[in-house]
Amino acid sequence: MTGTVVTADERRAILKQALSIGVALIPFGLAFGVLCRRADLSWFQALGFSSLVFTGGSQFASVGVLADGGSPIAAIAAGLLLSIRSLVYGLMMAPTLTGRVWFRALAAHLMIDESVAVGSAFEQPGPRRFGYLAAGLSVFVFWNLSTVVGAIVIGSDTGFTEKWGLDATVPAAFVALLWPRLVSLEQRRVAAIGAVIALVLIPILRPGLPIVASAFAVLTLFLPMRKVSVN
Amino acid sequence: MEGWVVLLVVAAGTYALKSSGPLLLGNRTLPPKVQRVIATLPAPLLAALVITATFAKAGQLVIDARVMGLATAIVALLAKRGFVFVVVSAALATAVARRFGMA
Repeated sequence: MTGTVVTADERRAILKQALSIGVALIPFGLAFGVLCRRADLSWFQALGFSSLVFTGGSQFASVGVLADGGSPIAAIAAGLLLSIRSLVYGLMMAPTLTGRVWFRALAAHLMIDESVAVGSAFEQPGPRRFGYLAAGLSVFVFWNLSTVVGAIVIGSDTGFTEKWGLDATVPAAFVALLWPRLVSLEQRRVAAIGAVIALVLIPILRPGLPIVASAFAVLTLFLPMRKVSVN
Repeated sequence: MEGWVVLLVVAAGTYALKSSGPLLLGNRTLPPKVQRVIATLPAPLLAALVITATFAKAGQLVIDARVMGLATAIVALLAKRGFVFVVVSAALATAVARRFGMA
């Protein structure tokens, strides 16, 4: 089959990229561990989220709702709404992730923003697959390690968390995840509507539900928009 | 207990979403409208999460030192700084604001 070979140069470049992405996510992992403790979860549950859910945005969303005192249903809904995109990622990567069932089952668990970004940057199936797996595994290792360190070393002391502003790492992490999406006008508009929905509903609804409600902002995609023509 | 329920349900649901492509659907694709909705969905959710994580406290809107953290994070992103810088500078800005008496 053509294109299945990964050259030594490609391999080196991919591994370097995968490693640097894993390292860059360390502060997010620490922040997630701290957030888990604020939500009264144990370090073991924090590790459970990072290893079994293994989708940063969904983890922050679910545990954030719990930390705010929201219901389990709201926490689940917020987390799952944010992981629906994994379905599209799975369809994108499926043609490159061929093989035995056990391999596909394990490889699918690595279906996250970072692995798909690194893998899908290549055209040929070989580097696509290698990039996906390398980035996914690298993030998996660093993400779980930093979660445990955050939960055990930092997060058990709430005075420390407040004093050093660690609660502010959560909005910072979310805005950093949102940032690259704001390149398109459509995404900016829908994000702004989602933000307004949350602001209006926070004093009215139970914690977590304003986040779930913000998903309805996507319906504005189907409003008839007047095209502005420039002559 | 609640924590375990949320953990296991979100883990199972997320894995089902991740794996249905590689395990079940193979080369199939979704209708363009569905793809567009799914591609756009994270933007309002993440925006709502930014708002909630910054301004919500026990079901009320409040302005406290977390605002300084968010503002700093946005400045860092505008200056094209990496993740580490964004998160650490947000924490420091909030810590400094608290040191100066902000809640």
